[in-house]
Amino acid sequence: MKDTDIKRLLYAHLLCIFSIILSIFIPSFFLENFSILETHLTWLCICSVFVTAVNLILYLVVKSNVSSKRSSLSYKVTRFLKCCIYLLMSCFSFHVIFVLYGAPLIELVLETFLLAVILSTFTTVPCLCLLGPNFKAWLRVFSRNGVTSIWENSLQITTISSFIGTWLGAFPIPLDWGRPWQVFKVFGFHMSSILTFQMAIERKHNICRSLCVCTRHCCTNSRILTTTVQGRFHSHFYT
Amino acid sequence: MQKISVLLFLAWIGFLFYAGIALFTSGFLLTRLELNNHSSCQEPPGPGSLPWGSRGEPGACWMASRFRRLVLVVIDALRFDFAKPKLSQVSGEPPVSLPFLGKLSSFQKILEIQPHHARLYQSKADPPTTTMQRIKALTTGSLPTFVDAGSNFASYAVAEDNLIKQLTNTGRRVVFMGDETWNDLFPGAFSQAFFFSSFDVRDLHTVDNGILEHLHPTMDSGEWDVLIFHFLGVDHCGHKHGPHHPEMAKKLSQMDQVIQGLVERLENDTLLVVTGDHGMTTSGNHGGDSELENSAALFLYSPTALFPSAPPEVSRFLRTYSAVAQDLQVKELHRLQNLFSKASADYQQLLQSPQGAEAALQTVITELQQFLRGVRAMCIESWARFSLVRMAAGAALLAATCFLCLLVSQSAASPGFYFRPLLIPVVWGLTGAMVCAGLLAATGLKLDLVVLGAMAAVGSLLPCLWKAWIGWGSKKPLTALLPMPEPVLLLLLIRFAGFFSDSFVIAEARAAPFLLVSLVLLLVAQLHWEGKLLPPKLLTGPRFGFLTPTGPSRHNGLHALGLGGGLLLCIRVSGLFHRCPEETPACSSSPWLSPLASMVGGRAKNLWYGACVGVLVTLLAVVRLWLRHYGNLKSPEPPVLFVRWGLPLMVLGTAAYWALASGADEAPPRLRALVAGALVMLPRAVAGLAASGLVLLLWRPVTVLVKASTGAPRTRTILTPFSGPPTSQADLDYVVPQIYRHMQEEFRGRLERTKSQGPLTVAAYQLGSVYSAAMVTALTFLAFPLLLLHAERISFVFLLLFLQSFLLLHLLAAGIPITTPGPFTVPWQAVSAWAFMATQTFYSTGHQPVFPAIHWHAAFVGVSEVPGFTWLSALMVGANTFASHLLFAVGCPLLLLWPFLCESQGPRKRRQPPGNEAEARVRPEEEEEPLMEMRLRDAPHHFNAALLQLGLKYLFVLGIQILASALAASILRRHLMVWKVFAPKFIFEAIGFIVSSVGLCLGIALVMRVDGAVSSWFRQLVLSHQRAGEQSSLVYTGAGSSAREAQPHLLPSCSQEPLAPGTSSFYNLKP
Repeated sequence: MKDTDIKRLLYAHLLCIFSIILSIFIPSFFLENFSILETHLTWLCICSVFVTAVNLILYLVVKSNVSSKRSSLSYKVTRFLKCCIYLLMSCFSFHVIFVLYGAPLIELVLETFLLAVILSTFTTVPCLCLLGPNFKAWLRVFSRNGVTSIWENSLQITTISSFIGTWLGAFPIPLDWGRPWQVFKVFGFHMSSILTFQMAIERKHNICRSLCVCTRHCCTNSRILTTTVQGRFHSHFYT
Repeated sequence: MQKISVLLFLAWIGFLFYAGIALFTSGFLLTRLELNNHSSCQEPPGPGSLPWGSRGEPGACWMASRFRRLVLVVIDALRFDFAKPKLSQVSGEPPVSLPFLGKLSSFQKILEIQPHHARLYQSKADPPTTTMQRIKALTTGSLPTFVDAGSNFASYAVAEDNLIKQLTNTGRRVVFMGDETWNDLFPGAFSQAFFFSSFDVRDLHTVDNGILEHLHPTMDSGEWDVLIFHFLGVDHCGHKHGPHHPEMAKKLSQMDQVIQGLVERLENDTLLVVTGDHGMTTSGNHGGDSELENSAALFLYSPTALFPSAPPEVSRFLRTYSAVAQDLQVKELHRLQNLFSKASADYQQLLQSPQGAEAALQTVITELQQFLRGVRAMCIESWARFSLVRMAAGAALLAATCFLCLLVSQSAASPGFYFRPLLIPVVWGLTGAMVCAGLLAATGLKLDLVVLGAMAAVGSLLPCLWKAWIGWGSKKPLTALLPMPEPVLLLLLIRFAGFFSDSFVIAEARAAPFLLVSLVLLLVAQLHWEGKLLPPKLLTGPRFGFLTPTGPSRHNGLHALGLGGGLLLCIRVSGLFHRCPEETPACSSSPWLSPLASMVGGRAKNLWYGACVGVLVTLLAVVRLWLRHYGNLKSPEPPVLFVRWGLPLMVLGTAAYWALASGADEAPPRLRALVAGALVMLPRAVAGLAASGLVLLLWRPVTVLVKASTGAPRTRTILTPFSGPPTSQADLDYVVPQIYRHMQEEFRGRLERTKSQGPLTVAAYQLGSVYSAAMVTALTFLAFPLLLLHAERISFVFLLLFLQSFLLLHLLAAGIPITTPGPFTVPWQAVSAWAFMATQTFYSTGHQPVFPAIHWHAAFVGVSEVPGFTWLSALMVGANTFASHLLFAVGCPLLLLWPFLCESQGPRKRRQPPGNEAEARVRPEEEEEPLMEMRLRDAPHHFNAALLQLGLKYLFVLGIQILASALAASILRRHLMVWKVFAPKFIFEAIGFIVSSVGLCLGIALVMRVDGAVSSWFRQLVLSHQRAGEQSSLVYTGAGSSAREAQPHLLPSCSQEPLAPGTSSFYNLKP
C-alpha cells in the first residue's frame, strides 16, 4: 500500500515538474515574442494555469475513488463553488500578507497579485484537491502530529517549502548587481532545496520523493516569485 | 547582594564590549582634528618680510603669481603607469603590451618636443585613497582621513583652509565641472559649476560627456581664472572592467584627446595641471594603501617655460595641530621642532647676510626637506594607517564576549546557579587594571587608555571564559551551546550576514521589518503548530482524538491571530515614515518627516496638527487605560498621582510647543518675544516634569493600594442566588459548601464581636503588576521628552511603537509557559524580536546610519540662542537618534514580566462560557486570584538569575550585530563603499550598542529598585502590625481589573492566614 502510494506520489510530482517545463516551451509556439525574462507576467499566468490543470487531473485520476461516495450533482457544484471561493480568498489573503510584508499598496498591484495567485496555485490548490474545502482538515494537517497519510505528509512538506521558497526569494531583492539574470534569481533555489531535502529526510521518507518534491517546488517558486518581488522592490527604491 | 552582583556583571560585560569597540575603533577609524585657522594675504607666513614678496601687484598675495590662469584636470584614478609610453624600456624584460600603456601619448609628445615646458611626476597619494578624501587632501594640502572631527558633522563641506577658498578670496573666478563630490565639499564656492552625479559606477560616460559638452564653450568664453575638470570615466571603468580591459584603453584615449584639445587652446599665461587623485589595484579598486593605489600621475605644462622654484615653507600647521591634539608622538615632535627652529635660525641668518652663502642655502633646504618628511611620517603614523593588530584584537574581544554571554546565559537558566563566581572576574579585571595603571604611573610611562582597558578586559575575560568552558565541556556537547530554535538562529544568522553586503546595509530599513514580520509570522505559526492557537474544539476531527494540546490554551485563537495581524499592520504603517539613504538616488523620503513649520498650506497644517495632538492624547489614554486595567491607577502613591496629573500637563506642554513652533512665523510682532520665550521654556518644562516624574518613581516605586479595614468584619460571602431544588450533583456540590461557609462566617463574626476589636485585614491591590507598572510608567516618562526632540509627525511612530511592543509582548506571552517555582527563562525569539523591533523603530523614526541624515534640529529644541557644539546639544541629538535603542533597552525587562502579567486573563476567560458555569462554581475559590508577578518575588534567586539571563541574551543579540559590523568594516576595508556605508554603519552600531547597554542596565536596575521597595514595604507592614500587637491578616489581591470594580467584595474571596510575624512570604496562596 505504502509503496504504491509512494510510486503514485512520485509520478504526480514528476508530472507537475513536466507541466512547468511545458509551460516554458509551449507558449512560444502560440505567442509571439514570448520569453520568460521579458514577458514574465504572461508566463506566470500560464504556469499557474498549467499547474492547476495538472493538479485537477491528478485529483480526478488518482483520488477519484475516495470521494465518489456522494455523487449528486448539486453537491458537486456547491463543492466546486466552495473551492473557487476558497482559492479566491487565499489569493486575497496572500496579497494582504505581501502588502503587510512591505509590498507597495498601489503601485505594482498586478505583480503582487500574480505572486499571490502563483503561491496559491502551489499551496491552496493541492490542499483543495487533497482535502477538499474543509478548513478544519487543513488546520489539522498543518499542526504537529496532525498528518495521517503519506499524501498529507507530502502536502505538508510541499506547502511549507513553497512558503520558504517564496520567503527566500525576497533576499536577492536588495542586491544591486544589475545583471539580466537577476530578473530570475535562482538564488533561493539551492538553499530551499537543501532545506526541503533535509526536512524530508528527517521525516524518514523516500529520498526519491523528497528530491522531486524539492526540485519542483523550490525551483519554480523561488524563480517565479522573485521576479515579481524584484520588480516591486526596484520600483520602491528607484522610483 | 545578588542584585548588585547581577548589575555588576552586566556592567562588566558592557565594559568588555566597550573595550573591544574602542580597540577596534582605534585601529580602524582614522581621525584627525580640523583646524579653523585660515591664512590671509595680510599675514606673512614667517617673521620678517618675504624676500620674494612683491606687494602691490594686482592679484598677488604673499608673492607674485607666475601664471594668471590655471586649468586643473583631475582624472579620477589616473595611475602613474597609465601615463607611461607603450613599450617598457627596461632592458632584459620582454616588452609588455597592456591595454592602458601608451594611450596618453600627448604627454610623451609634449615632453619630447618641449622639455622645458612640461614635467611628468609620480605623485604619492596618501591613504585612504578614496575620492572624497583625496580631493580634500589635494585642496587643503593635508593628509586625508575618514573622520575629520570638526565643528560640523552635518555636511561634508571642507572647513579647513583650502585652495578653492583662497582663490575665491583673492577674487579669482573658479569654474568647475565634473564629479558632484566637489559640490558637497565646497558648496557655493564656484562662480560657475556643472555637477554630475557620481553614484553609478557602472556608468562610464555620463560625467565625461557632460564635461566635454561644456568644456569648449566655457573655455572660449574666457570668464574664468581657474578651471577645474574632474573626469570620472577612468575610475568607473576600473571599477567595472578593471585596468586590463580594452574599455580602459578607449577611455584613456578619450582623455588623451581632451588633453590635446586643452593644450592647443592654452594661452601663454595659463598653467595646465593634469593629475590623478589616486591609483587603482589590478582589480580596479582603491581605498587602501598598496603601491598601485598610492601612485598617481601628475603632469604640468605651460606654453611658457617652467622653472623650478624654491618652495616657501611653514611649520605653523604642526605647531597649531600639536597644541590642539595630543595623539602625536612627543619625542618625534620635539625632534622636529628642534630641527625647524635650527633651520629657521639658519634661514634668518642667511637673510641677514645674503652674500655668498650658497652652501648655507643648501643646508637650509636639506634641513627643511628633512623637516617636512618627518612631519609627514609622523602624521601618517597618527592619522592614516589601519592598525590591523588592533582591529583583529578588537574583533576577537567582541567575539569572545559574545561567546561568554551565550555561555553564562545558558548556565543562568539552570537551577543550581550561583552568583558569587560572577563577581570574581570583575574583581580580577579591576585589580589587574589598577596594578597596571599603578605600575605605569610609577615608571612614568604613558600608555594608551584604550590598550589599558583592553588589557584589563582580556585579563578578566580569559579566566572567566576558561571556567565557563570547563564547566560546559565536561557536561554537554557543543551543540547544546546554541539552544535557540533553528528558525530564530537562521534569522539571526541572516541579520549577521546582512552586515557584510553594502546593498543589505543600505536596504536595512526594509530588511529589518522583513525579518521582524517573518519572526512574528513564525511565532503565530508555531503557536498553531503546537496546538495553542486554536481551541481544541475546532480541531477535533473524526480521526483527531490523539491530539491534545500540550499546555492549557490560555488564549483564544482569534486573540493571538488578531495580535499577529495588528502587529503586522503596525509594522507596515510605521514603515511609511521612511527616510531614504543617500545611496539610492531615485528614492523619495516620506514627506511626513519634516516639521510642520515647513508646511505651506494652512488648512493641511491645522489638520496635521490636530492629528498629532490626537496622537498625543491617544498615547496618554493608552497608558492610563493600561494602568487602570491592572488597577495601578488607584494607588495614592506619588508616581501614580503624577501619572494622573503630570502626564496630561506634559501632553499639554508638548501640544502648546508644537503649536508655537509650527506657527512661530505667523505670530504678530508684539507677541514675538513672548513666543520666543515660550518656545524655550515649554520643552524645558516638559523635560523637567518628566525628570521629576522619574525621580518620584525611583523614590516610591511601589504603586500599591493598601486598604486596612480595622474592625469591620468581613462582609457576607457572596451567595449566588440559587432557587429551586438542586437538580444535579453539581448543584449540590455548589450549594453545600456555600451554606457551610456562610455558617462559618456567621459564627466567626459573632466570636469577633465579643472581642473589643476585630482583626486587622490589610488588602494590597495591584501587587501583581507592580513591576511592570513601574516599567511602563518609566517608559512613558522617557518617551515624552524624546518625542519632543522629534518632528511633530513622528509622534505617530511613537504611538505605534507603544502599540507594537504591547502586541508583541502579548503574542510572546501566549507562547511562554509559566514555570511556577522553577527557573524563569526568556526565550530567544522574544529577545530577538525585541532587538529587531528596536532596529525597525530606529528606521521608522526617520533615521539612517549616515551622518548627513542625523536630525540636527534636535539640538535647538528648548535652546534660546544657537549654541556651539556643546555637550548638551550633542546629548540631545544623540537622544533623538538613539531614542528607539534607549526605549527598547529600558523596556527589555518587560519581556520577563509580561507572561506573568497575562496570567490574570486566563482564569477569567475560562469562566466566561456559560456552559461551564456550574463547573466554575464548584471550583475552589483560591484559584481566582493569580499571583502574577508575585511569583517572581516568591523565588528571588530565580528572579535575579532570569534578569541576568535576559540581560545577557539581549547583549548577545546586540553584540553579534556590532561584531558583524566591525568584521564587515575590517574585511571590506578596501571596498568601494567602506567610508560611505560600512564605517558609518559601524559607528552608529557602536553608539547604539552603548546606548542600549546603558539603557538595559538602567531598566534592570529599575526592576531591582522596585523589588527592593516591595520588600521593604512588606517589612514595614509586618513591623507596624507587630508593633500594634494585633492579630491581623493580610490579603493579597493580584488582578486589578476586579479590584477596580469594587474592592470590598473581593476580600473574602481570598484565603487568609493569620499573619506570622517575621515571615516574608505570608501572601502566598495555595496553588
